[in-house]
Amino acid sequence: MAEAALHGAAHGAAHPHTSTGLSNVKLGMWVFLGSECLLFGGLISTYMLYRGRVSQGPTPAQVFDIPFTSVSSFVLLMSSLTMVLAVSAAKLGDDRRTNLWLTVTALLGATFVGGQVYEFTAFYNEGLGFGTSLFSSSFYTLTGFHGVHVTVGIIMLMSLVGIFRRSRVPGSKSETVEMVGLYWHFVDIVWIVIFTLIYLIPV
Amino acid sequence: MAIIERPAVGTPVLPESPVAPTPVGTYGVLRRPVTTTGWKRWVFTVDHKKLGIMYGVTAMFFFIVGGIEALLIRLQLAAPDGKVLNADLYNQMFTMHATTMVFLFVMPMAAAFANYFLPLQIGARDVAFPRINAFGFWCLLFGGIFLNAAWFLGGAADGGWFMYAPNSGPIFSPSHGVDFWALGLQMTGIASLSGAVNLIVTVLNMRAPGMTMLKMPIFTWMILVVQFLLVFAMPVITVALFLLMFQRNFGATFFDVAAGADPLLWQHLFWIFGHPEVYILILPSFGIISEVLPVFSRKPLFGYPFVVFSGAAIGFVGWGVWAHHMFASGLGPVSVAVFSVATMAIAVPTGVKIINWTLTMWGGKLVFSTAMKFAIGLIVLFTAGGLSGVTHSVAPSDTQQTDTYYVVAHFHYVLFGGAIFGLFSGFYYWWPKVFGKLLNERLGSWNFWLMTIGMNLTFGPMHILGLQGQPRRMYVWTEARAGEGFFNFAFWNLVASVGSLILAVGVLLFLVNVWITWRRPERAPLDPWNARSLEWMTSNPPKEHNFDAIPAVAHLDEFFHRKYEEDPATHTMRQVATAEQVLADLEARADAHIHMPSPSYWPIVVALALPVIATGLIYSHLVALVGGIVLLFGVYGWSLEPSTAPDSDMDPPTNGAVPAVHHG
Repeated sequence: MAEAALHGAAHGAAHPHTSTGLSNVKLGMWVFLGSECLLFGGLISTYMLYRGRVSQGPTPAQVFDIPFTSVSSFVLLMSSLTMVLAVSAAKLGDDRRTNLWLTVTALLGATFVGGQVYEFTAFYNEGLGFGTSLFSSSFYTLTGFHGVHVTVGIIMLMSLVGIFRRSRVPGSKSETVEMVGLYWHFVDIVWIVIFTLIYLIPV
Repeated sequence: MAIIERPAVGTPVLPESPVAPTPVGTYGVLRRPVTTTGWKRWVFTVDHKKLGIMYGVTAMFFFIVGGIEALLIRLQLAAPDGKVLNADLYNQMFTMHATTMVFLFVMPMAAAFANYFLPLQIGARDVAFPRINAFGFWCLLFGGIFLNAAWFLGGAADGGWFMYAPNSGPIFSPSHGVDFWALGLQMTGIASLSGAVNLIVTVLNMRAPGMTMLKMPIFTWMILVVQFLLVFAMPVITVALFLLMFQRNFGATFFDVAAGADPLLWQHLFWIFGHPEVYILILPSFGIISEVLPVFSRKPLFGYPFVVFSGAAIGFVGWGVWAHHMFASGLGPVSVAVFSVATMAIAVPTGVKIINWTLTMWGGKLVFSTAMKFAIGLIVLFTAGGLSGVTHSVAPSDTQQTDTYYVVAHFHYVLFGGAIFGLFSGFYYWWPKVFGKLLNERLGSWNFWLMTIGMNLTFGPMHILGLQGQPRRMYVWTEARAGEGFFNFAFWNLVASVGSLILAVGVLLFLVNVWITWRRPERAPLDPWNARSLEWMTSNPPKEHNFDAIPAVAHLDEFFHRKYEEDPATHTMRQVATAEQVLADLEARADAHIHMPSPSYWPIVVALALPVIATGLIYSHLVALVGGIVLLFGVYGWSLEPSTAPDSDMDPPTNGAVPAVHHG
């Protein structure tokens, strides 16, 4: 990620800026997120095809705890707000607040992942194994992929906090925070779609 | 430090900085590679030109592997009751032949050309993310090795290259072949995806001043379209491969028909990737011959914007035709009709291109170099393959042709006659640019004619075999069912097998040509073809930093317009400068201070973690954990390492004594 930041920053005024005006890292991140849309597109399609196919084991209506998942979804969405505050603090060069909001975002994300772990355990105890039915396989795969994305995001957030503390960030600091922010918001937006399709629309 | 200090002409040389740089220590765990001699020059490089060559060598190796697999298939089918391969080995052979040719030859060879020439064509000094570029190459190489490792570990994948479920399940494919296949393709997929993000950003962001989108060389345009196809197509196959892996290794039920699974799920996911994939394979070659034809016709490309936009149109419509691979699966009349019409529609932009190429040659002063012959060969053979493709778009006819040799004939005409001929055209055209030497034209001519004759003898009869009903993937045929008269299997199968040997000799001649050229001392002239685009506006082979000064671009075909001007009286083009003069002019304004990205250990470390994880997923999850730790270690080292290192970060530190160019 640092490459383009350096390209822009280190070369300074001696070289013209990029052709689009966007930095390489930002443009690359957008292209990558475009690609991620198709990844979740494929997983969501698989779930939508199979959500009603329960040959054995519990049905969606039997296992879903909608109030619980709504709360954890709300927590995840709030983490987007704190992420915005982190990006804004980083732009202003306020290191203390940047670290604070990054940590809060990571904690909110961890709460969501914790909720997901609890949910998976509860479902498993109710008899919904990974290979129980087409519904269970596609449910665990879709939400699992999303959970892994959130986890990767948390790792990036905490790494940023650690790296900033030892002031070892190559390239522009505020841009690095912004990139992690882009990724974080994307993962949140995908959850809105997943939550609606899985939990809110009856089979 | 990868900084090139060269005194600019006319300005005084800057004095050496009196202050020695303060050591900042290394950011990551490994220090930077500085010894840039021998193998380290290549293994730790982030230079797009070196990586381009590495992509090329790897792809050529797998081309030979895939070619040997093809020859074994043809040997088995040359006579009735073939004994060369048994049924099981035959299944592995055709699966790996297709997988190798598609994922390990044509795609990486296109990536080789893209890597090498795209920055040169847009007047850039490197790609946007040089380390990601290196990472992509290592993923491809390790993925390719991993895919083929299955041969020695209980048998390769045997479900056909589109690996339909439930045939790919453990009941019908009990060996680990399919596991190796699924995980190996994930790795090459990561290579394609990271390469695509990189090249898109490079094209959109790093063009020379004045080079608007519609002044970009046509090859760059076609590569850009391909990268967008990759960005959106690769994740879909990624999903499909994950589902397959979860099914085989973790007990998921996605393709378990007994649990109520839909066998069409895999087919849809595969072909939503698979159809854009065929344009991913062919468009780079379209780009190559769109460069070659104008140069050897001594005319600009006819209707440049039409070629650009028809390429983009192919990219868009290519997403709406995937189900034509599934006409025989009972989609229902509405779907079949829609996909049938969409497939016919995509022939239109392709036809536009063919007309543009033909009209580029029309009235030109044609020079029949080997590159030009391959380009013309592409037009003719691809058109033949395209026409049989149109017969597939007619669903009732396609239902008869599905899974027969007619389909095999069709896609070999478009992929061998199209994609591979385009790549060979590129070899002959750009060889002097990359290696500073011209390939032998006499041998090249033999190479071209043997390949052309061989390919028509091999794949032409397959139309007949297919329409006579010879099924695809049939491992043996018997005398009793060969039929009689002109259309009997025996004769045409023999012709196809003889043709494949001629084809092999043709390819062998290319390798001989490379060898002979390698041995000869003669250097190629600076501008051997009187070329038009920016990549020729530098030395052969290009310098480390590509251009001494980034050229300002005013025209499409900028290099040509610097050599030639229109005479206002006669409206003919007359030469105003030689290539040498254009280059000298550029050198005179050379940049004094050029930053190049520094070599790095991290790309190969991160990429090396992937086959370890993949092996662990198949054999022991403990090994996967080790791979995961290596991956984490690599990612941290990478992200803490600045892409351009200060001197003090070197091992040993170079202490500001900056030599001319000293990185790999």
